Amino acid sequence: MHVGIVTFPGSNCDHDVYHVVKHVSGGDAKYVWHKDRLPAGLDAIVVPGGFSYGDYLRCGALARFSPVMDDVVAFAKAGGPVLGICNGFQILCEAGLLPGVLMRNASLKFICRDVTLKVEGAETPVTRGLAGRTLTMPIAHAEGNYFADGETLDRLEGEGSVAFRYLGGAPNGASRDIAGISGGPRRNVVGLMPHPERAAEALLGRDDGKRLFEALLAR
Amino acid sequence: MAKKARVIVTLKKGVLDPQGSAVNRALHAMGYGEVSDVRLGKLIEVTIDEKVPEAEERKRLEEMCKKLLANTVIEDYRIEL
Repeated sequence: MHVGIVTFPGSNCDHDVYHVVKHVSGGDAKYVWHKDRLPAGLDAIVVPGGFSYGDYLRCGALARFSPVMDDVVAFAKAGGPVLGICNGFQILCEAGLLPGVLMRNASLKFICRDVTLKVEGAETPVTRGLAGRTLTMPIAHAEGNYFADGETLDRLEGEGSVAFRYLGGAPNGASRDIAGISGGPRRNVVGLMPHPERAAEALLGRDDGKRLFEALLAR
Repeated sequence: MAKKARVIVTLKKGVLDPQGSAVNRALHAMGYGEVSDVRLGKLIEVTIDEKVPEAEERKRLEEMCKKLLANTVIEDYRIEL
């Protein structure tokens, strides 16, 4: 499985994703610089976390116009698996690949701590075999407050597009305690605020996050 | 000759503005009890070379707002040209 990891100026979680995909999960990982086109032969794309374009204007607002994003959008529209983590989730929402927006945390604080997530909804490329499971992994963000209008939220719930929910309440004020959602023509696009790549090795304390990459690479 | 268009981006009514609430509290703490609400927005100054007629330029500014300057899920925009 060849995974492309899209990197923007300011992305800083690309190396952790590369490490987990290649060295922990045994896949093939390739960095894709935002000014380049997507190489042929990719089976999945990860848009990693960080501070692309310094979060200027709005998180992910500028990154969505980078040249590579035309290819990422086409890849997603053709049904290819795309995983957006943290800033990656913000970029996917700004690009219109997922509905809604990630706003400033309700507390105004940058929150950096473990959260417990429930895997819900219909199956996605990263949640295959994980239905109903509880996973622990860290969040580290100041803009993770997921918002969409009531109609959209009801639709997401009804369709099973809420993929991850914070147990015990969203620490950031996210609507309906939503931590991650899915979309795309084949439910192939997934975005979540927590960092599975930071919880992928037992040696480092937690490895629930590895399950998402194992599911992604098992296709 | 260049001119400046001003785009004012504000949060839609009903969208939570914790920054605004924090500023509100700070103003109260400073003794300005008459303030009942504060909401923060953005002022974006776009300098434009005056080559395009105003109606066309306004249309282009609308596109800029919809595509980039405002996130229309939670923000409204107003153009002053």
